[in-house]
Amino acid sequence: MYFDALATIAYRDFMKYVRNRPRIMFSLVFPAIFIGVLGGSFQSNFGSTIGFNFITFVFVGIVTQTMFSTTAQGLISMATDRDSNFTQELLAAPIPRFVILLGKIIGESLAAFTQLVGVVLIATVLGAQVSISQVAAILPAAALVGLMGGSFGVLVMANIKDPEAANQVFPLLMFPQFFLAGLFTPVRHLPIYLTILSHVTPLRYAVDLLRGIYYQGRPEYAKVVTSPAWINAIVVAALFVVFLAVGTFQYSRNEKNK
Amino acid sequence: MAIIEVENLVKHYKKAHKNAVDNISFNVEEGEFFAFLGPNGAGKTTTISILTTTLNKTSGTVKIAGYDLDKEETAVRRSIGIIFQNPSLDFGLTGEENIRVHAALYGVFPFRPLYRMMPKAYRDKVQQLAAVLDMEKDLFVPVKTYSGGMKRKLEIVRSLIHSPKILFLDEPTTGLDPLSRRNLWEYLGTVRREQDTTIFLTTHYLEEAEDADRVCIIKGGKIEKLGTPDKIKSELLENYLILDAPDRDKLRDELKRKKITFTETPQFRIELGKRSAQKIINEITTPLTVVKTYSPSLEDAYLEIIEEKEPK
Repeated sequence: MYFDALATIAYRDFMKYVRNRPRIMFSLVFPAIFIGVLGGSFQSNFGSTIGFNFITFVFVGIVTQTMFSTTAQGLISMATDRDSNFTQELLAAPIPRFVILLGKIIGESLAAFTQLVGVVLIATVLGAQVSISQVAAILPAAALVGLMGGSFGVLVMANIKDPEAANQVFPLLMFPQFFLAGLFTPVRHLPIYLTILSHVTPLRYAVDLLRGIYYQGRPEYAKVVTSPAWINAIVVAALFVVFLAVGTFQYSRNEKNK
Repeated sequence: MAIIEVENLVKHYKKAHKNAVDNISFNVEEGEFFAFLGPNGAGKTTTISILTTTLNKTSGTVKIAGYDLDKEETAVRRSIGIIFQNPSLDFGLTGEENIRVHAALYGVFPFRPLYRMMPKAYRDKVQQLAAVLDMEKDLFVPVKTYSGGMKRKLEIVRSLIHSPKILFLDEPTTGLDPLSRRNLWEYLGTVRREQDTTIFLTTHYLEEAEDADRVCIIKGGKIEKLGTPDKIKSELLENYLILDAPDRDKLRDELKRKKITFTETPQFRIELGKRSAQKIINEITTPLTVVKTYSPSLEDAYLEIIEEKEPK
């Protein structure tokens, strides 16, 4: 019913990304460092003893992280739109608020997908075991992760009005998740307090979901995956719905109640 | 039939000491040109923001095009077009892309990723509107390269693309050159005639409000005056006659003798009341060098209201 509105908002956010060359370039630096430096270093030191390829392990983690954090941080545009007054145009339109936010999430998810192309190329060059069929298999789940990351961004940005504050808050919210979600190291054997923290980390379920699909049927599966993909998929989908619902409610309330 | 119904509207901003809009009530009739005037901070933009659903009111009831603002927000939004006081454009997109986004948000045209893929009706309408404001050449360049006046023109084109029943114009011509202002008002006049569009205007150019059907003057969140421009002018201000003569003593004596009251400024100002200027001039025999009649403008009336009760 609101397809055109959804498509146009997504298009707008996507075009803003495509036309922002520094953002595109910078978005590839992070994956290159983590796959190359961290994955490469771990692989050289521990690769022979742990029974799976660390560069590949980190690669799947970085794919998840790219979808999650690119989309989440893309939602900082909620604050920049407010600064440039474009929010008025969106809020005055005859569409439900969740359509505005879902459109932005989809646009940022598309931006994250274009970034994945670069991540896959970098990983291939750096020695990850990348198979096209496996990458293709994780794409639908990656889309779900993008939606969840975007809704996480909505929840955060519904409560932050200043883009500069948002730029400071996001690293604080993201970096702990990178480690607690097992982006770089498995989370199977952690001290109890880290286990608890890991389980309340949204990104954990996303990373485990993509690894569950990527490593499906491979001997390393039991070493790198903690829960079945279908359970993770349900958790990620549920988090998406809850974050979007709560974020939309708070956004609508905060924008109109002054 | 009233298309905008406002009853006992109050807005109190968080942490503010007094109401920004303080219990105002008014109606706007369908097809009416309604000017909402007041000094900076009077509550004009707050009122427009509430009526256009972008700001919550504190209390009161509002109906727009028959829809209740609290219960039927989406229907209200569909009925209105807005030109905001501050440009609400996406500077990263081209002018045409901004219009295309608007058209899709309002469901007027389907969304397509390229201009040439959009329906012919859309392309024709964009070109027609752009021609009115003389901005056809600038449609396809990023808005960040636009001057202030160009941005304003683009907002105007955008707000008209979905042919709204009510058009809210919050200082629409600020930053426009005189030719563009004139073109805009001519076009809005055509839109009103052809589509019976209701216009709700705030402006600091009071000559733009002279043609309004009714004027509402707001100050400190309260309505000070509401009526036709002529009614407001006649209630507040008198027409007067200015006379002068080389021999001012002789003129002064003659006016006193004939009991014509005047004030010296140093020319002689005579309040006309219901008398005609012609009759007064005919009575005077002293040779005159200056004869001027003065009819007050809406701006004069406005300034008198606004300056009333101002602390000196």
